[in-house]
Order: sequence, then structure tokens, then C-alpha cells
Amino acid sequence: MGASGIGKLPRWLVAFTAVCLFLMHLPVLVLIVFSFNASKFAVTWTGFTLAWYRRLLERDDILHALQASLIVGITATAIAVTLGTLIALALARHRFRGRTIYEGMMYVPIVTPEIVTGISLLVLFVFLRMPLGLATIIIAHVAFCVPFVVVVVVARLAGMDENLEEAAMTLGADEVTTFFRVTLPLLWPGILSAALLSFILSFDDFVITSLVAGSGSSTLPLVIYSMVRRNIEPSINAISALIVVATSVLLYVSDRMSRRNEPSHA
Amino acid sequence: MTALDMPPQAAGPRSAPGNGLRRRALAWLAPRPQAQAWTLLAPGTVWMLGFFLVPVIVMCAYSVMPRGEYGGVDPGFTIEAYTRFLHPVYLTILERTFVLAVATTVLSALAGYPVAYTIARSGRWKSLLLFLVVLPFWTSFLVRTFAMIFLMRDTGLINSWLIAAGLRQEPIPMLYTPFSVLAGLVYGYLPFMVLPIYASLEKLDPALLEAAEVLGARPAARFRRVTLPLSAPGLIAGCLLVFIPSLGSYLTSDLLGGAKELLIGNLVQNQFSTARNWPFGSAASFILMIVVLAAVLVYLRLRPPDTVRGW
Amino acid sequence: MTSPAVEFHRVSKSFGATKAVDSISFNIERGEFFSILGPSGCGKTTTLRLLAGFETPDPDGGEVRILGEVVNDKRPYERQIAMVFQNYALFPHLSVERNIAFGLEQRRTPRSEIAGRVARALDLVRLSPQTFARRSPTQLSGGQRQRVALARALVLDPAILLLDEPLGAIDLQLRKEMQLELKALNKQLGTTFLYVTHDQEEALTMSDRIAVMSHARIAQLGTPAEIYENPRTAFVAKFIGESNFLDGRITDRADAWWEVEGRGGIRFRIPVLNGLAPGQDVHIAVRPEWLDVFRPDAVPAGENAIPGTVRDVVYLGETMHVVVSAPSTPDITVALRNEGQLINPLPWRRGDPATVAWRPEDCQILEDE
Repeated sequence: MGASGIGKLPRWLVAFTAVCLFLMHLPVLVLIVFSFNASKFAVTWTGFTLAWYRRLLERDDILHALQASLIVGITATAIAVTLGTLIALALARHRFRGRTIYEGMMYVPIVTPEIVTGISLLVLFVFLRMPLGLATIIIAHVAFCVPFVVVVVVARLAGMDENLEEAAMTLGADEVTTFFRVTLPLLWPGILSAALLSFILSFDDFVITSLVAGSGSSTLPLVIYSMVRRNIEPSINAISALIVVATSVLLYVSDRMSRRNEPSHA
Repeated sequence: MTALDMPPQAAGPRSAPGNGLRRRALAWLAPRPQAQAWTLLAPGTVWMLGFFLVPVIVMCAYSVMPRGEYGGVDPGFTIEAYTRFLHPVYLTILERTFVLAVATTVLSALAGYPVAYTIARSGRWKSLLLFLVVLPFWTSFLVRTFAMIFLMRDTGLINSWLIAAGLRQEPIPMLYTPFSVLAGLVYGYLPFMVLPIYASLEKLDPALLEAAEVLGARPAARFRRVTLPLSAPGLIAGCLLVFIPSLGSYLTSDLLGGAKELLIGNLVQNQFSTARNWPFGSAASFILMIVVLAAVLVYLRLRPPDTVRGW
Repeated sequence: MTSPAVEFHRVSKSFGATKAVDSISFNIERGEFFSILGPSGCGKTTTLRLLAGFETPDPDGGEVRILGEVVNDKRPYERQIAMVFQNYALFPHLSVERNIAFGLEQRRTPRSEIAGRVARALDLVRLSPQTFARRSPTQLSGGQRQRVALARALVLDPAILLLDEPLGAIDLQLRKEMQLELKALNKQLGTTFLYVTHDQEEALTMSDRIAVMSHARIAQLGTPAEIYENPRTAFVAKFIGESNFLDGRITDRADAWWEVEGRGGIRFRIPVLNGLAPGQDVHIAVRPEWLDVFRPDAVPAGENAIPGTVRDVVYLGETMHVVVSAPSTPDITVALRNEGQLINPLPWRRGDPATVAWRPEDCQILEDE
């Protein structure tokens, strides 16, 4: 674009945008800064400390919840990515009856409010007399992650040249070999970003998890929620800060990776 | 032939790849596109039917059954759960939820459009600004809601500073008001508004703006007659993406709203935790889902045919 | 008993209710450079994909044979074909060398042989192996990608090489060069080439034979000269080169010719042909370069002549077009050699009375479509 550049925009517009972006980040930034605040009451700065982070390591409930969250996140992501990628391959590469309707239906779980998904799963699990716990959490997480995986992988497949797979077949590779030697290597960045999205959705989920977790198992968001509800102390700031930083790092790394593997559209 | 020095057997029939079973399976699948597709679709489809569709059906069934004494349901059929919604208390909740979702959408659009416009025209700053919009999108919603509490509660940062600066004697009550819920929702869902608008502005061919200019349109007219209509699909998509989660929001009003600012989402949750009225909760949940799907259908009708899918 | 490289016997393919290929039959001889030429949507790509094995004929949709063997149910990787794709389809995640080795590896060629054959294939398409082997396809120009795609296909020594408009995306200069190189490779290697294109000039330059397709059928099959000089239908005459079209009704026989009367009292003669009789309607085409323009009083005896006025004189470089409008016919275009307009300008100006003339044997009599 020849006539672009922030300098050509009206001043008020740039200022307004700056304020909006600042406000979008202010609360979390404040949270992170005050996670290093020595005061327990957390509103006035009384000095730098790492005490709240050290305190996290002493709390078994947080460590257990972290472990549960990781187990759930990794398992649910592995299952959701496998199921979702297979669906995406069928949608993008095969003609079958009802394809358009199927693709449309994939968006229904995405737009359905979490509270509805959670309640309906709770009702089902109770109806089937399934004990609530890690297993039900994983089942629920896979169910809400699969459609997101499908959307991301279908987008990647749509940008991928179908001739590449046909070329492999004229060179003597059968469908299975073509998949492993051509489709999968080119699809990796898409699968990785789908996995990242799926993991973060799972790791951050509170509403659905709180309904299907039962009393025995707690993931990290459940523990944070009860801490927020009961008494606000700076270790929540510390755990929040860690989550935000970890997410940003993951996001940055995946962004770099997918950029490096961008397929050429030549 | 001579140029490539082919061994003689290279011209013969090609050695078939793979082992016998694989070959036979592929040979069976090759002329059957339906079978190929459903082989891939089957596992995921079974999961989604079993753990999305079936639960919704069971929930729907629960909503027309009599209430069990300690939660759950008793056998039978009744539409009591739905008639109960006609009570003013619940109509108020429905109305409040709707008004709040509309207000959130309007405020997000008013704030989000200028932001998206600036980012689309920001040249070399673009990727940084975009990253700043995307980041909150990926940050834990619970953490971000907590951050709002940290700022807004009576002993929170804003009030402490106001008092410390001598501007106020008493803290301004911000938390547990309609204002705090609205602020929380706008803060939570603004990225959903900015990204689709940005995407549609980004696609806009600058030559069109130059053409408008050559045809005599001043900046205001150019915006009103070219930029705005061409970015309308993004704006509409953004509104949908903010409106839907606002309607179904639960966490924001739960943490920032207190008991007075009950929304449908909280009503549903209460029926399963404290009130133990599963049929009523299921009915509320079902109504919420129908309203959301209706909003999506309205969007699909409004959407111009050439809009790109997704966000 | 050498069977042809390719045989299509009454092959049909439909997608839903549309017939993409409608009962077509043709043979391609071994070593032949065969082109399928037609506008987009005519079925040429489907024909190619039927041969490659990406599409299978309809049930009861005829037979496709490669080297005498029916291949209807064979997958692409079970056929002795190789293909160069329109967009080259080079694997972006593999180097040039690994792209070319892909097919050899798939065929379990001994590792020790692969490097040598890859290098020879690169030499064959005039890319230096030292420079290009390790590059990524994304670092190559369009023309270089084109050559790598060709090397990747040729290294397998296929019975038939399929080329799907491979020259569409490169610039004119390079395209002309590649046309001659492809033709030379075909003769040098003896490999059968099937070339699909919508560019008539390309097909005429390279092919031994051309099948012109229109509406899922073959409109005409023949050598470039047969197709150009004796088009069977108006579609072929229009699609390949330019033509002037005249309609009329046969009135009677004069010596070795049929006498034809067109609209507005125009009369001309056409060669005597089987199946024509007085009273019958005929459509004829005449190539612009077979026409000439004369002063009304200077028309050579024995030639067909249509009087009119010069409407325009068009400068085209190699040739000059004189457009003559005559009553009751569409404008007639006459192509004349440009002998230098600065030194030896054409004597025609807009509005000059002029008569278009041609020899009766140059009339191409068209069949109804």
C-alpha cells in the first residue's frame, strides 16, 4: 500500500487506538506488577518480593491442579487433534453426500454457550451414572476442542495445493505414502497451531470443567476461581502472571514456527 | 531412452507399493469416495454425536420432565419449566441479558472499528499492533476477569489511588454493578470485534479509495460511501462474535456482577447448584441455545454472499 | 504386435448431470507428440485426468488402455505415466534433488543409482546439478520450476508423459524456447507426450497430431496442417486461427465447381464434394491470408469475387489486415504480407472501393456442428 502509514491517519484516531490498546492490557499488566509487591493487601507498592511465587510451590492444591490441568490438556489435545484432523481431511479432500451440512454443523458447538455445553454434558454423565472426574473432564474438553481443530486444519488444507498430492501419486506413491510423505509434512504447521489452540482452550476452561469435574478433581482454573471467590491474596496474581507469560511464550513460538513453514503459493 | 541410461526393467510394469493388505484396502476404497470420506469422519463424528448432540437431546428431554426432589428428574411429562419463564422475575433476567449483550456489542463496535481501522492503515506497526490485539484473545478469560476485580473493587487499585490522591473520601462502588459487568464483557470480547473488522479492511483495495478520490469524494464521503460498506461484512461478523458469547456469558456476571445482576447463564448454573431444579435449568439452557442459534441464522441471512468464512 | 501407447474407446465421464467427456475415442501412437486443444470447460482436462487415473470412467463408460492394457481400475501410481502440472506442483518441503528423487525412491531404485539419475535428469532439462540440486523450489524462477517439474517426470522414463498446460505461467520469450525444447525432448527420448493446452499456436508448433475438443467431444483430430487448412466445423475454423465465414445455397454445377448463391446475390464457386447436391445450404470458411484485394476492374479471371469498400486497414507488424465491408455479408478480413509501410505502403485507404477475391479451391466447406 503506497498511501499508508500511521503518520497519515488523523491524530485523534491514533490516540484513541493507543488508549484502547493500553486499556486492553492495563488490568493484566497491573496484575503482573503487583505479583511482585511485598504488601499482602496488594494495592499499595511496599517493595519487591518473590514470596508469592515461592508460596505457590508450597501449596499442594495448586501443584495438584496444575498436574491435572496438564494431564487433561495434553490428553484432550492429542485426541481432539487426531479426530479433528481426520474430519478436516475428509471435508477438504473428499466429496461426500451432506458435506456442506456437515461443515455447517461443525460451527454449532463453537457458537453454543459454554454453560449450555457444560450443563448438557453434566446431565448426560449423571443420566449414564458416570462418575465425575478426570475422565469426564477429558471427554468434555475433546468435545469442545474438535470443532476448533477442524476449522484450523481445514483452513490450512484449503491453502494447500491439491496438485501436490496428485503429483506424488503420478510419481508412484499410493494414498498412504502420499499422506505421510506429502500431506502430513505440509500440514504440520496447521496441526501444530490447532494443537496449541486446543491446549490453551482446554487449559483455560473454567465453565464447562466446573460442571463436569465432580468434587474429587480440580484443574488450575477451578482452584484459581475458588481463590478469587474466597480471599484475594497476591499468590493469585503470581499464578495468573505465570499463566499469562506461559501463554504468550507459546503463542510467540507457534507464530514463528508457522511463519517459517509457510507454504509457497508458487 | 539413451539420454537417461534406463535399466531395461524400468520400462516394465511398476512394482506395486505397500504390502498386500494395504493394497487390497486401497483398491477397495479407490472407487468408493463415500466410504473413503466416512472412514476419516467416523471417529470424530461418533465423539461429537455422543458428547455434543446426545447430551443436548438428553437435556432437552430433562426440560420437559417433572422435577426430582433432590435434583435430577422424575418420570413423566410436563411443560412447567417453560411456563415458569413467563414469571416477571425470569422475564426480567431474559431482558437484562439481552440488553446487556446489545450494549456490549454496540460499545465494542464503537471502540473496535477505529482500532481495527488504525491497525489496517498502520504500515510497519501493523504486526505489532495486531499481536497486541490477539494476545488478550489467548489469555485466560478467568485471569482477565480477576484482573478487572483487582482494579475495580472497593479496596482495588483505582479506588486506593483516588483516595490516596485525595480525590475521594469514600471508594466509588464499581464492582457488583451493571457497569462492572458491561466493562468486563467489553474488555473480554473486544478482540472478537477488532479482528474480523481488521480482516475486511485489510482486504480493501487501496485503488478503490483512490478511485473515490478521483471521482471527487472528500475523506468523510470516501469513508461513508466506500470504506464502511466494504468493511460491513467484517463489522457484522464482529457483532455476532461479541453478541453470542455475551448472551451466554456466565463467568463475568458471576465474578463482577454479584447476585443482583443475574443473567441467563447464571440462572442456568444456579438451578444445578443451589436451586436443584434440573428441568428448569435445562429449559433455560435450551432456550439460551435456541436464541444463540437464531442469532447465527439471522447473521447468515444478513451476510453478503461473498464474505469469507470464519474469522 | 505393438499396441498404441494410449487408446480411448468410447470413454465417458460425468460429474452429476454434466457430461465432462462424452464417448470419445482416439489412439496415441508410441513416441507421438499428441495435443488436446480446446477452450476451458471443453473436457480436455478431464480427458487428461482420466488417463492419469485421477478420474475413472463412468460405469459402462468405455475403456482406457495404456500400452494395450486396460487401466480403468488402476490407481495413478499403478500406471506407467508421469505428469507435469500446470502450477508445477513441486513439493515445497523438499529440495530440487529430493523432488526429482521422489519417484525413484517410490520405485525402490537402488540408492547408489539415484544421485546419478537425478543429475542426468537435471542435465537433460539444462539445469546445472551443482547449482540447483540443493535449492528449495521456492527459490527458483518460473522457468526453472518448469524445468525441475519436467526433470521429475522424465527421470522415471514413463511410457507417457502428461503435460497439463505447463507453459501457461511463463513469459512469451521463454515459452517459445520451451516449446522447441519439449519437441526436441520428445524426439530425442522417444517418450510419448500428451499435451493439453488452450493455446492454438502452442499446439500447432509442437504437435504431431492435435485433437480439438469442444463440448465434451472431439471436434476434429488430425495433423496441424489438416486442422488448420481443412477445419471440419466452424468451431475448429474459429478456434484455430482466424477465418471469414460465408453462407449460401448450391444452385448448379459449373465445370469442376458447384455454383453457390449467397445472401444479397453474391455468387461464388466451391470444389465439388461428395454428399453435396443442388438446393443444399452450405457454410464455408476462408482464411484471411488466402484472400486478396483488387481494384474492382482488376480481379483475376476464374476467382471468386465479392465487391465492397475498405472499412479499415490494420497494422499488425508481420501482416496487414484490410477489412472490407460488403453488402449482406459480415466484414471480410484480408491478410496481406507487410512489405514495409514506410517504403512500400499499401495502396488501400478507408472508403476505397475494393473487391475481395480468392481461388475456389481455397474454400473450406464446413460440416454442421
